[in-house]
Amino acid sequence: MSNPRFTGTERYVATGDLTMAVNAAVTLGRPLLIKGEPGTGKTQLAEEIARSLARPLYEWHVKSTTKAQQGLYEYDAVSRLRDSQLGDERVREIANYIVKGRLWEAFECDEQPVLLIDEIDKADIEFPNDLLRELDRMEFYVYETQQLVRARHRPIIVITSNNEKELPDAFLRRCFFHYIRFPDAATMEQIVAVHFPGLKQELLKEALEAFYRLRDVPGLKKKPSTSELLDWLKLLLAEDIPPEALRAADGKAVIPPLYGALLKNEQDVHLFEQLLFMNRRAGR
Amino acid sequence: MLVRFFMMLREAGVPVSLGEYLALLEALKARVAGTSVEDFYVLARTVLVKDERHYDRYDRVFAEHFRGLEAAFTGPDATALPEEWLRKLAELTLGPEERAKIEAMGGLEKLMEALRERLREQEGRHQGGNRWIGTAGRSPFGAYGYNPEGVRIGQDASRQRSAVKVWDRREFRNLDDTLELGTRNIKLALRRLRRFAREGAAEELDLGGTIDATARNAGWLDLKLVPERHNAIKVLLFLDVGGSMDDHVRVCEELFTAARSEFKHLEYYYFHNFVYETVWKDNHRRHAERIPLVEVMRTYGPDYRLVFVGDATMGPYEILQAGGSIEHWNEEPGSAWLERLRQAYPRHAWLNPEPEERWEYVPSIGVCRRLLEGRMYPLTLAGIDRATRALNAR
Repeated sequence: MSNPRFTGTERYVATGDLTMAVNAAVTLGRPLLIKGEPGTGKTQLAEEIARSLARPLYEWHVKSTTKAQQGLYEYDAVSRLRDSQLGDERVREIANYIVKGRLWEAFECDEQPVLLIDEIDKADIEFPNDLLRELDRMEFYVYETQQLVRARHRPIIVITSNNEKELPDAFLRRCFFHYIRFPDAATMEQIVAVHFPGLKQELLKEALEAFYRLRDVPGLKKKPSTSELLDWLKLLLAEDIPPEALRAADGKAVIPPLYGALLKNEQDVHLFEQLLFMNRRAGR
Repeated sequence: MLVRFFMMLREAGVPVSLGEYLALLEALKARVAGTSVEDFYVLARTVLVKDERHYDRYDRVFAEHFRGLEAAFTGPDATALPEEWLRKLAELTLGPEERAKIEAMGGLEKLMEALRERLREQEGRHQGGNRWIGTAGRSPFGAYGYNPEGVRIGQDASRQRSAVKVWDRREFRNLDDTLELGTRNIKLALRRLRRFAREGAAEELDLGGTIDATARNAGWLDLKLVPERHNAIKVLLFLDVGGSMDDHVRVCEELFTAARSEFKHLEYYYFHNFVYETVWKDNHRRHAERIPLVEVMRTYGPDYRLVFVGDATMGPYEILQAGGSIEHWNEEPGSAWLERLRQAYPRHAWLNPEPEERWEYVPSIGVCRRLLEGRMYPLTLAGIDRATRALNAR
């Protein structure tokens, strides 16, 4: 096949199985469903595919109120009604009130685009079912203008989900699937190296240790993930924190400086402080 | 060859269909993967498996099909052997004299060593037949049977660490949790709990309101919108995983599966026999990751409905006395914690898998019912129905 292959970019470290999944989806023209812990780079993947294959990217961010129809097109009946009351000439042409959705735009693109359907699990439970034909045949029908819209080039579709809802079987059958696991320490070092090329080895080591120690704290509501680690490192660099500040002299966990970047709710911070307190007492 | 692989996946409960099988063949034809087994493993997983909870099953089938190994679907895992399992195995396999002998030999530590040794030997013996240990069905690890993961004996990874393949590491073990059998009736019974409420953005046309407003506006169109209706019920589920619950694992799993798909806001915690100051979310790490009950009460507001699932069969002292827990020293009796939960969640119920006619013969159930002021219901369809009514009452 002459298809271009995705191998990760200079800004994005893709593991072997992830690139395989992407290439399989690109080659066979199937949508790729991506799941994984929040902050493991699911959304970014689509951007990086578009960048590495030099394709235009269309993003469709799904919210709890999003309807499948909105991705195709919307018929703005309300403004047509108002225009009719004002006697506007535009009112005779129904096409004036058809607003194109992201999917339509992607279908009309001159070269094969990348389409990201972000956080599909946020939408109503019927949402994926309403997109079956569109994803399968890459076409849909506009009832108002009796027009069939068909994709000029089958877009590369990346769909992300955070597992908040189960997706219907019929939908899953049409997708390829990949679960991004939380990176191990070695992969994490690669990822950090990609984002902060000049980072001092010592600081990186200490920071990663502190980070994985924090992830091991039981009962955290939201474990810090890759994106939080990167934010935190950025802060550490900006504040010029020395590596020694991260290390505990007696082997016990110290509260990491600027921990607000890692822990995202007050219960977790509270829990962490409690643990530290108990640790200190036990150590005495 | 792949047809057998496909059929085996289906048998193991990975929902694969013909379409996916054809897609895999198509992908192979298009030379997406290289020629290595690892490439094929990743490619087939991408194409065939659509849920990370099935990754573990896929790994087992893959190992079985491509190396002729017989998967031990129910045996325990020698590499992650829980301490208690060994302890219980000791009680089971060793007579009193032997135990005395071991005491003399140097106590429990030595005993554990000996048992581990034994298990290793056992594996060696069966290795010739290409089989894994299949001690399935033995009750010692039944206590963990409720945990979706179960406990299994696999191959000892250390013996051949150099050659451990991805699918042998089975890193997705924790994610397998499904059981879809006869849950439909339970779902229907639970459906009674649904409460629809309008919340969120106003986006549905309020027809009555629009007509009314337009009429008041002397015919000039005035659109009115209302928010859509959503199921707003919130449920907090406390599940007993104690030893006496072994007989009820199946029905509890059914209830759990049904509840999970029925409620958007469902939080669950495990306890052993009775609620004390801590509960946990992951049975495998129950000793490492305990969550204080106070924190649970602080996190979830009184609008949650609290449902206990447990057989309440234990010594009455486990409920009523400080230090009564069989697992640890509890400063306060379980009854105090139950009372606190009852205060925090006025709408609560206890589902008991023991048949109702047996309740009066078990003293601890009586105690528990008194504490709950009668809000205990049998874990049957009719019982769930009664419980949902009680939960809905204001």
